[in-house]
Amino acid sequence: MARIIAGIGSSHVPAIGAAIDNGKTEEPYWKRVFSGFEKSQAWMRETKPDVAIIVYNDHASAFSVDMIPTFALGCAAEFPPADEGWGPRPVPVVQGYPALASHIAQSVILDEFDLTICNKMEVDHGMTVPMNLLFGNIDKNSHWPCPVIPLAVNVVMYPPPTGHRCFMLGRAIRKAVASYPEDLKVVIFGTGGLSHQISGPRAGLINSKWDKAFLDNLSKDPQKLVKIPHVDYMREAGAEGIEMVMWLIMRGALDEKVDEVYRFYTVPASNTAVGHIILANRARGAKAPPRKHKPAAAKHKRAAARAKVQQVRS
Amino acid sequence: MARKAQIYDDIPGTYVFDAERSREGYGINMFCMSLMKDDNRKAFKANEAEYLKKFRLTPEQADAVLKRDYNRLLELGGNIYFTAKLGATDGHSFQHLAAVMTSNTQENYAKMMLGGGRSVEGNRSRSGENTPSKFLAAGTSAKKSAAKPKAKLKAKAKTKAKPKAKTKARSKSKKRK
Repeated sequence: MARIIAGIGSSHVPAIGAAIDNGKTEEPYWKRVFSGFEKSQAWMRETKPDVAIIVYNDHASAFSVDMIPTFALGCAAEFPPADEGWGPRPVPVVQGYPALASHIAQSVILDEFDLTICNKMEVDHGMTVPMNLLFGNIDKNSHWPCPVIPLAVNVVMYPPPTGHRCFMLGRAIRKAVASYPEDLKVVIFGTGGLSHQISGPRAGLINSKWDKAFLDNLSKDPQKLVKIPHVDYMREAGAEGIEMVMWLIMRGALDEKVDEVYRFYTVPASNTAVGHIILANRARGAKAPPRKHKPAAAKHKRAAARAKVQQVRS
Repeated sequence: MARKAQIYDDIPGTYVFDAERSREGYGINMFCMSLMKDDNRKAFKANEAEYLKKFRLTPEQADAVLKRDYNRLLELGGNIYFTAKLGATDGHSFQHLAAVMTSNTQENYAKMMLGGGRSVEGNRSRSGENTPSKFLAAGTSAKKSAAKPKAKLKAKAKTKAKPKAKTKARSKSKKRK
């Protein structure tokens, strides 16, 4: 049986890709960004997923304004990197997993999510940058460590799907994966964000407070995020910050309770706040360890609540 | 026909690329998309006005392209991921465009980003309301109790968590309105 074991949230800032492609990763500005992903890469090497489902958005590369699919699932055997104006990124062609992809398509469409199926699609930085951040810099002539199923979401034209819709699609994907007979370890990426606005006179907006609250709730209380209206994302996290709804597909595909394995946040990369989180489903049948932690956690919670009350008073 | 009023029109300095703008700006965006090909870039550069005729822009749209008025392009239905291709055709970095759109020098814009970016305080609303999203307030409370990984968020944890910054409705309203 296939199962989703973990979810990864990651920004997909194009300038990060450019820094990799132009050999700038050791410059202090970029080192600050890349060093935040070193542990994640180690985690990924250890975890060795068999497949990654990557939720991302296209930025006027594979889709222009001729066609704007809300959810487009890549069922092809491979996805070449797109030419975004500077030639295709020098990364390996992304290998697909058509058998699982078409299984997911069939399952979620019957669950009332009307996907667009892409049997031919190029993928841009929205997908390849998070792959670099988690899998490392891989030579163009080599290959990525695992096949990938791309899920492109429209977040360019308003309105994107609602947070609730995204979360529910994640759930449907989880169900689809769980009903696939092959024994596979699957990870799912939600990409984009965090706060940023790159258009208009308000460009440059960053809201770290919002971003932190988003990450906290993603981990502990995603139902809170599901209710956020689009206008709040755009107002608080920038017009382009609305990409964050894609993280909710990832979250919806995980169990209700997850362990936060790792988190990283830094401002800026180019015009954007970089956010990253790894959330792992708890291993089935391994209930003892969490139980042991519970009393301590409750104590800390009370302590935190007391501390907060004091802070409000002072 | 006048543009339909939308709830997000209240966000200052922002042109949301919605379905209406997407329809109106189809020509702008497909023109920008064409600049992905080198031959087209050359043809455009050789005679800009002539090249634009293929895309059936309105006179205002064509004018905004020729003047590189990036904010006006957004207002008339251009989308930033597309208009950035026009900037790239001119050999400009994205930060150059950002500086132009924010009426700033590139140097100052870059400095602002390094300093943590443009604050949301005073930049939430044209109508002057500057109260943070309800979600954000709740999220701040979550942040505190989420200090420990195992802490569950119960309704109790919500004890009136005011955003500690106490937004003093600073009259810091930057840029246009």
